Amino acid sequence: MDNLLWIFVSALLVNNFVLTYFLGLCPFLGVSNSLETSARLGLATTFVMLVTAVCAWLLNTYILVHAPYLRLISFIVVIASTVQFIEMLIKKLSPALFRAMGIFLPLITTNCAILGLAIFATNRGYGFWEGIVYALGAGIGFTLALVLLAGLREESELSDVPALIKGTAMNLIIAGILSMAFMGFAGLFSST
Amino acid sequence: MKENLSREEFLKGIWRDNPVFAQVLGMCPMLAVTNSAINAVAMGMATFFVLVGSSFLVSTFRHLIPKQVRISCFIIIIATFVTIADYTLLALVPKVHKELGAFIPLIVANCLILGRQEAFASRYPTKLAVMDALGMASGFLLALFSLGAVREILGDGALFGFNLFGANFEPWVIMILPPGGFLTLGVILLFFNWFKTKKDEFLEDVAAAQRSEG
Repeated sequence: MDNLLWIFVSALLVNNFVLTYFLGLCPFLGVSNSLETSARLGLATTFVMLVTAVCAWLLNTYILVHAPYLRLISFIVVIASTVQFIEMLIKKLSPALFRAMGIFLPLITTNCAILGLAIFATNRGYGFWEGIVYALGAGIGFTLALVLLAGLREESELSDVPALIKGTAMNLIIAGILSMAFMGFAGLFSST
Repeated sequence: MKENLSREEFLKGIWRDNPVFAQVLGMCPMLAVTNSAINAVAMGMATFFVLVGSSFLVSTFRHLIPKQVRISCFIIIIATFVTIADYTLLALVPKVHKELGAFIPLIVANCLILGRQEAFASRYPTKLAVMDALGMASGFLLALFSLGAVREILGDGALFGFNLFGANFEPWVIMILPPGGFLTLGVILLFFNWFKTKKDEFLEDVAAAQRSEG
């Protein structure tokens, strides 16, 4: 139980996927202009992560033991089909949400945080429950980072920023400061 | 004319449409592996190989790939090249391979590569597509190297492992840690913007001067 909790908090804060591993930066910088969209995208990504973690575990246990060089190709195919499936599901269940997410829904496929999750979980030899908890922590951590940056960006819209630094340059510097703050969590588990 | 066209495709990737500084693509490997110049160059070379190889294949087979499933086809072609690059690096430079770790398989999800296949390689003849890929890949390599060099010099006082400043240099450890990556790239982008604005102003001045003379 302690172990699962550790994996969760570690993926959520200490080794936050966006701010310490630099995964999933494209949506992080691209979508974070409004709080609402970023929260929704975060939730969709978390869901894809959960499904991917389960599929990756199944693939690893039953198929890839025999053919390790197929790992990358099979993971990416699983992720692409999951995203396609979720796209159809959301379109059917809630067309309004589907329109709000727009182009960013299919783009989850090329979000490296998801492929990264599958690869990290395999490299560390996580079991079924560990994988699920890891995916949950990583997904919520991704959402957290996205929402934090979106909030800061919404505030900075109202303030008087020099024209040169506006846009990506400023977002990166904000992200750097956020990342410095997250470094503080690194001491959280020093005793264990 | 034809010669000029392919040179144009090559050059635009290096500066004007540089994938990192101008288009802000492929950020994840960009920031994650640039804590030293050697890692950055290894990553740049691997991406170079994958991008050029997959652009070549995609544009050669562009009439055979059905439009509906093109993204999956591109991804599978890219994943094949990444697997080759992964095993090659493991065999040739195991130490660098270990440092780059999970980021080599993650080249698959580099939006720069998929973006070039979708926007360029699937629409143009092989020769132009390869030139475009060469240019984009060199631009990416250049960006990776400049970020990696700045971070290693400031954070470690060294370049490619050679000590530059002697024993009295106090390294900025923060520069090799994650926040340093964000901050350095932010500042580099700032300079790129500044340069572009200055250049536009200069061109406008020249145009205005020509108008008043004529």
